[in-house]
Amino acid sequence: MQVRFTLNSREVELEVAGDERVVDVLREQLGLKGVKAGCGEGECGACTILVDGQPRLSCLMLAAQLQGREVVTIEGIQELAPGRAVQEAFVACGAVQCGFCTPGMVMSATALLMRSPRPTLQEVREALAGNICRCSGYQKIVEAVVEAARALEGEID
Amino acid sequence: MTKVVLPRTLEETLRVLGEHPRAVVYAGGTDVLVGLARSGQQPEVLVCLERVEELKGIEERKGRIWIGAGTTHAQVLESDLIRAEAGVLWLATSTIGSPQVRAMGTIGGNLGTASPAGDSLGALVVLGAEVELASEEGRRRVGVEEFLLGPGRTALRKGEIIVGVWVPKAGDWQVHYYEKVGRRRAMAIALVSMAAMVRLEEGVVQEARVAFGAVGPKVMRLKEVEGLLVGSRLEREVLEQAGKVAARSVSPIDDIRASAAYRRIVAGRLLLRLGEKR
Repeated sequence: MQVRFTLNSREVELEVAGDERVVDVLREQLGLKGVKAGCGEGECGACTILVDGQPRLSCLMLAAQLQGREVVTIEGIQELAPGRAVQEAFVACGAVQCGFCTPGMVMSATALLMRSPRPTLQEVREALAGNICRCSGYQKIVEAVVEAARALEGEID
Repeated sequence: MTKVVLPRTLEETLRVLGEHPRAVVYAGGTDVLVGLARSGQQPEVLVCLERVEELKGIEERKGRIWIGAGTTHAQVLESDLIRAEAGVLWLATSTIGSPQVRAMGTIGGNLGTASPAGDSLGALVVLGAEVELASEEGRRRVGVEEFLLGPGRTALRKGEIIVGVWVPKAGDWQVHYYEKVGRRRAMAIALVSMAAMVRLEEGVVQEARVAFGAVGPKVMRLKEVEGLLVGSRLEREVLEQAGKVAARSVSPIDDIRASAAYRRIVAGRLLLRLGEKR
């Protein structure tokens, strides 16, 4: 079947198998390897993308559902001001170790800052609750998101 | 290969189900697609309900709150109406999964999955909600307690889907409480949960509804516990008594998350929470 959707600000028209997982369409057909297939069960959050501004698990979405949607992956996150801020803060705060969870973390953090530009520490933790990290202990990731929010606020002011 | 259909209307949906009686239906996919991946099952037809107009929306209709089955948990949490008039449902929904799961999973899905630990289910039971079902034959309504038959089993017939839930307004009940005890604070299946609503007059309980999840094959509403609370104040001695009744009334099992014994103890203790806020 044909699906037509917006991907990282570009119009895309693709021939897909309707029942293929979106994570596989993104990685295999479109070469977007930043989206990670971790658990395949929606538990780890490594496959998180933005669909119409909402953080969603691409391992639990089927290709047919892409029709007409606005999709953002980690490869396109720098086009959103909160996304850029999160990326820079992750680097500055040392929030990346092996990097496997990082794209998903950045997506969830960006989704948070898009709707809550001044999150509390608790809100940051809750926003990342669907993303598992095996390396870092989360501390620096949370700090990076708080830092990104501060930097964004500075830009607006 | 599976054919995936995305109908736009209820009529289209029911027609597809009529043509393909063994089609598997999903909305957010957070339960159904996980189950299919695990089992390796490849249905001939998958019907995705995410675009069906009639399943969307939260609004007041004829004095009750109508919640379309396709309403995501995130949308429930954004609703001021639900927060004000069905607080226990709002609280329960806030404990579900993660932000991503809440952006995808739906109240209809929570009902359809009918997990004994389903968080919105305990809340819907104490609210006295009704489930509306539709098929090509027409519509019918079933009380939530009747709708849930056991683990993964509901009163849904072939060719039927859940179209929405009718929730009575309960803003005048002073106490709305939901607690989920799990092995972590997010993305956890409850090992015991309690949904409660209490209506007080000058501190004395006039009406109480208490239901437990994850300690039986389905949500258990404990009328004996409720009866104990009526006419009393939400004070320690009464709640301890009520807790003892709760502990012996539930039917937990040992499983990977917790032992039956632990669940009984926790179920009994959860009643004490109702005394904490006063």
